[in-house]
Amino acid sequence: MSAGSLPRYVLQRVLLVIPMMFILLTVVFVLLRVAPGDPISASLGGKLTEEAINARREMLGLNRPFIVQYLEYLGNTATLNFGETITDNHAILDIIRDNGGATLTLTIGAFIIALGVGIPLGRIAARGRDKARDVVIRVFGIISYATPIFFVGLLMQLYIARPTGLPTSGIASPRIMHAVNQNAITHVILVDSVIQGNWAAVGDVLVHHILPCLTLGMMICGVFIRMVRVNLLQTLQSDYVEAARARGIHESRVVRKHAFRNALVPVVTIVGLQAAMTLGGAVLTESTFNWPGLGTQLMHYIQARDYMGVQGIVTFFALVVAAISVIVDVVNALIDPRVRFE
Amino acid sequence: MSDPTIYAQHIRIWYGTPAGPVRAVDDVSFSIQNGEILGLVGESGSGKSTIGRGLLGLLPPGSVMDGELAFKGEDLLALDQKERFKRRGRDLAMIFQEPLTRLNPLMRVSEHFTETLRTHFPKISDAEVEKRSLDVLQVIGIPPSRWKAYPHEFSGGMRQRIMIALALVLRPAFVVADEPTTALDVLVEAQIIRILRDLAEQFDTALLLITHNLGIIAEACDRVAVMYAGKIVEIGDARDVFSDPQHPYTQELLRSTITLTTDGLHSIPGAPPDLIDPPSGCHFHPRCPKAMAHCAVAEPPVRNKRGGKPEPGTTDVACWINQLADVPEDARGPLERGEISVADEA
Ligand SMILES: Nc1ncnc2c1ncn2[C@@H]1O[C@H](COP(=O)(O)OP(=O)(O)O)[C@@H](O)[C@H]1O
Ligand SMILES: [Mg+2]
Repeated sequence: MSAGSLPRYVLQRVLLVIPMMFILLTVVFVLLRVAPGDPISASLGGKLTEEAINARREMLGLNRPFIVQYLEYLGNTATLNFGETITDNHAILDIIRDNGGATLTLTIGAFIIALGVGIPLGRIAARGRDKARDVVIRVFGIISYATPIFFVGLLMQLYIARPTGLPTSGIASPRIMHAVNQNAITHVILVDSVIQGNWAAVGDVLVHHILPCLTLGMMICGVFIRMVRVNLLQTLQSDYVEAARARGIHESRVVRKHAFRNALVPVVTIVGLQAAMTLGGAVLTESTFNWPGLGTQLMHYIQARDYMGVQGIVTFFALVVAAISVIVDVVNALIDPRVRFE
Repeated sequence: MSDPTIYAQHIRIWYGTPAGPVRAVDDVSFSIQNGEILGLVGESGSGKSTIGRGLLGLLPPGSVMDGELAFKGEDLLALDQKERFKRRGRDLAMIFQEPLTRLNPLMRVSEHFTETLRTHFPKISDAEVEKRSLDVLQVIGIPPSRWKAYPHEFSGGMRQRIMIALALVLRPAFVVADEPTTALDVLVEAQIIRILRDLAEQFDTALLLITHNLGIIAEACDRVAVMYAGKIVEIGDARDVFSDPQHPYTQELLRSTITLTTDGLHSIPGAPPDLIDPPSGCHFHPRCPKAMAHCAVAEPPVRNKRGGKPEPGTTDVACWINQLADVPEDARGPLERGEISVADEA
């Protein structure tokens, strides 16, 4: 019964994400067109002659009606073609390949830290409701959530990097980066180092991850603290918890198997909702720590006023957020048998 | 005679609230023998569930219980937390009102049974767990094919059966069933009540059946206790109480049931009192059609219905009408309502 309905459920979710994608893409397209100046003169103005600019414009198809460009943009995105930058003629796909890995490991590391810190803290806070530890943890959650990334980064650099000597710039030491990238297979430097069996590089890359992941992780963990705390307080009051106690189930098991497990179900959904915010945070973290990821690339193309570069990367981000929301729904269905039947 | 399964004397239970202590149960005494079903009836808020929770030691933090409580002659209130915990489920079980929310939605039926049996019998094998559980489920009408199903795959009535099986699989000597059928339709209600009655008969289980449905009491219970505002106002053989109710509250309850048939409890004029600051004298006097002046002043003790000491087998009642000899001559006249409401407002 449950086995048969899962694939159908997944298909449903995928179909539901299509309208969401459609809206996201439209917003990206419109925002970039209504921005002041036209793409070519904004990015290349002053460097090229009028004729050259017109030639470029024609080549890129930017002189055609918006609706034609829009349909083409949708079509290209559907085939995972994100276009090319205007200023330096890089294919966006190449940028994603070369820089996506750094953003990926940064966000995964940040999530591990956020979950690893947020879930236990939320649990401690709920178990000691309104005691001093609860108050301290809640205040910490709010502060970590509300403090701007660059400021956290600054604090990390001053109070952690100084005394410990942890690196605050880049994803690896330049020499190691060069060595590993020569034989890049996955273009995810951490994975490539492992594949090449270069353990010194693995260590170096991991050490470079510590502060950026902490910085981004702190931003997201406040949400987890709050979610786990609120949910656990609620499930501890639930009817099935009282019923389990009435059966004589040991209190530690009641908390763990009944209250805590049920409290985690909505947290999975939060991971999905956090995805967009985390990508935003990643962009800021990357520029704070000079991280060679997509966020840094995005900042670069924003500054260069390269509209095609910005559009390509943002479109990719939108796809990632949509994909994560589908994955989260599926994970949710695997954890919670009720979801599949709704 | 051997010790009763449950012997409760002068039980009092308070809940701590910001507005002050709620006297949810106020000097309640009763006992239940093996195989006996005691019905506990009363308006909602009268303290029925609180008694059930108190018997199992399931009261929330901030509440206080005192009095005397023995299970087969063993003083339960003298036990430490851990020992008390061990009795729960194995000796004293509870079935709740809302079957839909009482099973963990993430756990299969099989996992519920495994967890319950393993907690009390850590060495039991998987095969033994399955055998014992399926035996009970079968009796209760859940086919073995549903062993691995999740709670949401069952109807309310089926889930209540599972809850009952989950209580019975440990073979407890005492079960509290707290409004076990209130959330179910009439047909399922009849089936569940039959299951509970058979249970008391076949396994000699003592049962405290909490309900606000007098029909259920008449059908299933040997004895009945009528509760009002934290007190038992009348307790005795169910047939005797129904055919010859003593307390004016019992009489009102029966009357409203007869005239309205469905859920007529609320047709008694007035509302149950505030348990933080209950009325003086008899708690029922503000709503009592037969109240005397004395009723607002002094609380009636529990006497058997002829006015003598309560004894096993007698119907006991806490009402001055049954103890007129103890009421001063000049306080026997009807209660002046006006004075009371003025006094209440003061
Ligand atoms: N956890 C609690 N905290 C404070 N007051 C409570 C709590 N539970 C019940 N009460 C109060 O105790 C009284 C008796 O409640 P309860 O035992 O649930 O009655 P019943 O089961 O007869 O409906 C009510 O006045 C109710 O408001
Ligand atoms: Mg109740």
